[in-house]
Amino acid sequence: MTNAEKYNQAFCEALEIAEDQLEGLEYQGIEQWDSVGHMGLIAALEDAFDIMMDTDDIIDLSSYEKGKEILAGNYEIAF
Amino acid sequence: MIWDFQKYRSDIAILDEYGMSLTYGGLYEEGRRLQEAIGRRCLAFVLCRNETGALAGYTGMLNGGIVPVLLNSQLDRSLLDNLLKAYYPAFLWVPEDMREQFPEMGLIFSSNRYCLLKTGYPEAYPMHQDLALLLTTSGSTGSPKLVRQSYKNVLVNAQAIAEYLALTEAERPITTLPMNYTYGLSIINSHLLVGAMLLVTDKSLAQKEFWAFFQEKGATSFGGVPYTYEMLDRMRFQRKDLPSLRTMTQAGGKLTPELHKKFAEYAKETHKKFVVMYGQCEATARMGYLPAERAIEKYGSMGIAIPGGRFHLIDEAGTVITEPGITGELVYEGPNVTLGYAERGEDLVKGDERNGVLQTGDMAKFDSDGYYYITGRKKRFLKIYGNRVNLDEVDCLVKEKFHHMPCASAGVDDHMVLFITDGGLVEKVEKYVSRTLKLNPAAIQVIAIEEIPKNDAGKIRYTELEKYYSPKD
Repeated sequence: MTNAEKYNQAFCEALEIAEDQLEGLEYQGIEQWDSVGHMGLIAALEDAFDIMMDTDDIIDLSSYEKGKEILAGNYEIAF
Repeated sequence: MIWDFQKYRSDIAILDEYGMSLTYGGLYEEGRRLQEAIGRRCLAFVLCRNETGALAGYTGMLNGGIVPVLLNSQLDRSLLDNLLKAYYPAFLWVPEDMREQFPEMGLIFSSNRYCLLKTGYPEAYPMHQDLALLLTTSGSTGSPKLVRQSYKNVLVNAQAIAEYLALTEAERPITTLPMNYTYGLSIINSHLLVGAMLLVTDKSLAQKEFWAFFQEKGATSFGGVPYTYEMLDRMRFQRKDLPSLRTMTQAGGKLTPELHKKFAEYAKETHKKFVVMYGQCEATARMGYLPAERAIEKYGSMGIAIPGGRFHLIDEAGTVITEPGITGELVYEGPNVTLGYAERGEDLVKGDERNGVLQTGDMAKFDSDGYYYITGRKKRFLKIYGNRVNLDEVDCLVKEKFHHMPCASAGVDDHMVLFITDGGLVEKVEKYVSRTLKLNPAAIQVIAIEEIPKNDAGKIRYTELEKYYSPKD
C-alpha cells in the first residue's frame, strides 16, 4: 500500500466515510469529525504510519489536506 | 438577585473568541435591557452557545426573576418542539442566525448576536416563586423532564464552589463545556460571583484555535468530563507548556483511577491543582470534591462533601451504613438539593419536594478517613462524554422510529450498545441514534441478536446482554 492509500484508509475507517468524501474535508465538516472522531483519526494515523504525533500537530490537523502537509513536513512521510 | 454585577462594574466579565467582551457593568446593563423588554416574571427558553449573548441573556434573566430553560442550540428541532409544547415559554432567546427558524415569532430586540423572540402562546403556566432555573436531565434525548432549581440552590452552590476552589477575581476560566450543561454552568455561576473573567469559546480542546485563545488570554483553569481527560492524555497534553494554567477540575462521571493518578502527578510536578469532583443536576451541580492536596494519596476517590453539605450511605433496607468499605446508595443532604423535577408545564408551580435530601442513585463506599468512592450506579443510564443518556428513553426513541421493533440498550460509559432483532437495520439504527442524540457514532454500537432476553414477567434481562460487551467490574 502506498502512503497515500494508507492515509486515505485511516481517514475512511476512523470517520466511517467513503473515499470520494475526503477531498476538502475539514474538522466539523461532517458529524463524525468532532473532537471524539478526531482522536480516533489521530490514533488511526499514528498506527498506519507508526508515528507519535506532537500535541501541536494533533490540534493543527484540521483538514484532509492539512494532515498530509503535517505528515510530510514533520514526519518524513512522502506522498 | 444572584449576582451583584455592580460590585465589579469596570472589570471584564466575559471575553469571547470573537473578540466580543462585556464588563460586569455591561452585563448589568444588558440584563436590564432584557428585563425591561420582557417586563414580567415568565418562562423563556435559551438556546445556548458558549457566546457573550447567551451568557448575558441567561444572567439577565436569572437576576431579573425571569425563569430560563437552558437548552443546547443544536438540540434536534422535533425534540425542541416537544419541549415548547410541554411548557409554552413566553419568550425565546436564540442566536441571531437561528432567527428564521422561528418565522411565526415576533422579534423584540437583538444584542450581542442573540435575539429575543416572543412566542405568542396564548397560555402560560403559573410558576412557584422560588423557581429560578430549569435544566435538562439528559441533554440530548429531548425528554421533557427538567430539574427545577431555586434561587437559593444556584447561589449556595456557586458560593460553596467558590469557597472550596478558593476562587478570586484573578481567575480566568476557559469554557470547555456547554453552558446548558450543569457542570459548565456551575463554572460560570461560581466565577461570576467572585468577579473573575470568563474566557468563552465553543471550540474544542482538539482545535488549535482553542489553545491559541487559551494562551493568548492566559487561561487559569478549565473543567473536563472523563472523556476530556482521556483526550488530553492522548494528545500528550502533559508536554504542553501552559504557565498560566493553575487548576484543572473534573466531573461528569468517574475518571479511571489510572488517569486520576496521572493527572494528579502531572499537577503536582507542574505546581498546578487537579480537583476531581462529584455532582448532579439534581443537586444544582456540585456535591463532593477531592481536595487537590489529597489527589495523589486518594486517587480514585471523589472526595468529601462540599461546604454546607453532607454525605451518607444507605443499604437496601434504607439503614445508614457506618462501616468503611461497604457499598451502599449515596445520599446527599444540603441546601443545593434542588426542588424536584418538572415533566410538564403544570409542574412549574410545585414547591420543594426534596427537603434538602437527595438519593443520588449512585453506589459508593467510604474509606476510614471518610473519603467517598463511586462504585456503580443504580439507575439505567450511561454517561456518554459526560452527558447523561437515559437508556429507557433511548429504547423508546428507537421503538417509536422503527415501528415498535424490539430494542434494548445497555453498555458502559462512553460506549452504548443497542440490541435489536432485525439485522438489516443495524446501520440505520446507529445513524438514527447518533444523529438524534448528537453523539459521535464511535460511542454507539448496534448488535443484532435473535431475541431480546426477557424474564417471565416480560422484563428485559439486561445482565444476559452483558456477554456481548465488557461491563465494568
